Amino acid sequence: MALLDVQNLSVSFKTNDGVVNAVNDVSFAMDAGQTLAIVGESGSGKSQTAFAILGLLAQNGIASGSVKFQGNEILNAPLSTLNKIRAADIAMVFQDPMTSLNPYMRVSDQMVEVLIHHKGMSKTEAIAESVKMLDAVKIPDAAARVRLYPHEFSGGMRQRVMIAMSLLCKPKLLIADEPTTALDVTVQAQTMTLFSEIQSEFGMGVILITHDLGVVAGFCEEVMVLYGGRVMEQGPTDPIFATPSHPYTRGLLRAIPRVDQLNAELDTIPGSPPNMLQAPKGCPFEPRCQYAQEDCVQSLRPLTEFATGRKRACNRELEELI
Amino acid sequence: MLNYIIKRLAIAVPTILVLIVFSFLLMHAAPGGPFTAERAVPPEILANLEAKYGLDQPLYMQIWTYIKNVVFHFDFGPSFTYKDRTVNEIIAQGFPITLTYGSVAFVFAVIVGVSLGVTAAIFHNSWLDYLAVGISIGAQVLPNFVMAPILVLIFTLWLGWLPGGGWENGEVKFLIMPVIALSTSFMASIARIMRSSMLEVMNANHIRTARAKGLPTRQIIFRHALKPAMLPVVSYLGPAFVSMITGSVVIDMFFSTGGIGLFFVNAALNRDYSVMMGITILIGVLTILFNLVVDIIYAWIDPKIRY
Repeated sequence: MALLDVQNLSVSFKTNDGVVNAVNDVSFAMDAGQTLAIVGESGSGKSQTAFAILGLLAQNGIASGSVKFQGNEILNAPLSTLNKIRAADIAMVFQDPMTSLNPYMRVSDQMVEVLIHHKGMSKTEAIAESVKMLDAVKIPDAAARVRLYPHEFSGGMRQRVMIAMSLLCKPKLLIADEPTTALDVTVQAQTMTLFSEIQSEFGMGVILITHDLGVVAGFCEEVMVLYGGRVMEQGPTDPIFATPSHPYTRGLLRAIPRVDQLNAELDTIPGSPPNMLQAPKGCPFEPRCQYAQEDCVQSLRPLTEFATGRKRACNRELEELI
Repeated sequence: MLNYIIKRLAIAVPTILVLIVFSFLLMHAAPGGPFTAERAVPPEILANLEAKYGLDQPLYMQIWTYIKNVVFHFDFGPSFTYKDRTVNEIIAQGFPITLTYGSVAFVFAVIVGVSLGVTAAIFHNSWLDYLAVGISIGAQVLPNFVMAPILVLIFTLWLGWLPGGGWENGEVKFLIMPVIALSTSFMASIARIMRSSMLEVMNANHIRTARAKGLPTRQIIFRHALKPAMLPVVSYLGPAFVSMITGSVVIDMFFSTGGIGLFFVNAALNRDYSVMMGITILIGVLTILFNLVVDIIYAWIDPKIRY
């Protein structure tokens, strides 16, 4: 049985200006200990996919489809069911550690409440456990620092605190929503190293949400590329990086600066992401795609498997993309 | 922290001196004086009176004498209108009354206002929210000079449950109507501020984190949301508390409570210089004091604020 099985997940938001379909028909499955990357630019629906899994959508958000965790349906489950799973089985690391940690509470208080609530520990036990976890994410002098407030940590340290907090109950699945985006480059690398160490130590499944393909290459086995709320390409990391099958993935990979081509101008994808209020009927990437033809405006082929484990959603055949 | 408090109290001294000088000058700049009457007083008598109260001296001398008396003898001088009473006596008699009904009204306004605001925010866009918003708008638009006679009409004239006025050392039945009439508009403001700030906090990232921890909603609200949501309310509560405990002329008039609110307005109308100055200084000192209290509470709520 898969650890997490997501089928036809769609997320929409009712706003004053109309309905926004943020995520359309996303399906994926992952086994225990696996790593999956969800890649896409801002507004592609990657964070909302994660929020929908844990029932953390904003009040005007509606999720449909199916999310099975260890065989049990958890999409739109009652709050009491979700609250047993959250942090205990599926934990989340958020993007901005400054605002995602409670600035008004000591780190110790924020950590122990998880253990007291889910594990029924006493406060003394919970503090000891929290210190142990802060040690595990390499926060020096954790026993003293646990008493500090979030603003007394540096950005990288704060994200470590956030990670330690998410690991407290030894979850089976960790969803990391752009864990390194708010950090500077050197700290990003440290944090990702920390992630892979922790993953091999705790053996949990990880969903990494990111727009940084460099991070994906080093860390994830599977990749799912989202654009305009739709899956463009999905499959194992190495083949996707070697022979991207979708014009969008190609564009993304070309837009990574390369050390060996210092003087070359960096490739970009012209245009900007679609306005989700007027979601395109056809392929959302069509206006920016150099291979687009008339049929792309009207419809988009569903995601289909074209090689073992590899899926793509594109009206053009592979041979047409040169 | 202690250093900060001492510093703030030290700054308060010149602030109050400036307050004294300014109100003194403004008061004397207003036309008329304490002995201006419908029937003209013979000039000789007027001269005698003015000499007795020191009004014949140049203004700077008057201010100097006043400050000396206040600072060294804590003496706010005699009243110009009530010939046999000093300002100290008037404040000693009236202030405990306004302090009593003002404090009770404050506690009432805070408890009801905060609960209304929090309820409205948590059940955002539900009938509970609309009800709470409706109540606070109703309370806001009903000024206390309308509220007071309506209360008297219902509870005294129709139902006969409560006395229409008086004080009797703050017995509960004399306290109820003044407290309600004084607290409603403050309560409404507190509810509105509380609601909007609670709504903002409930959408904050750290509340999403708390939800992702699987904590029960009750714990999220009371442990994670309430404290930061209180910040804007607290800064409103400082000045609100001062204006409540220094009373209201409307309350004192409609319910004959005998607080300093009425004395203050009468003093202004009669150019009772010393009573006016005394109460102005009282309000000034209290305002400075409770702004300091607000700052201290801020530091207690928000660990990023350190003085």
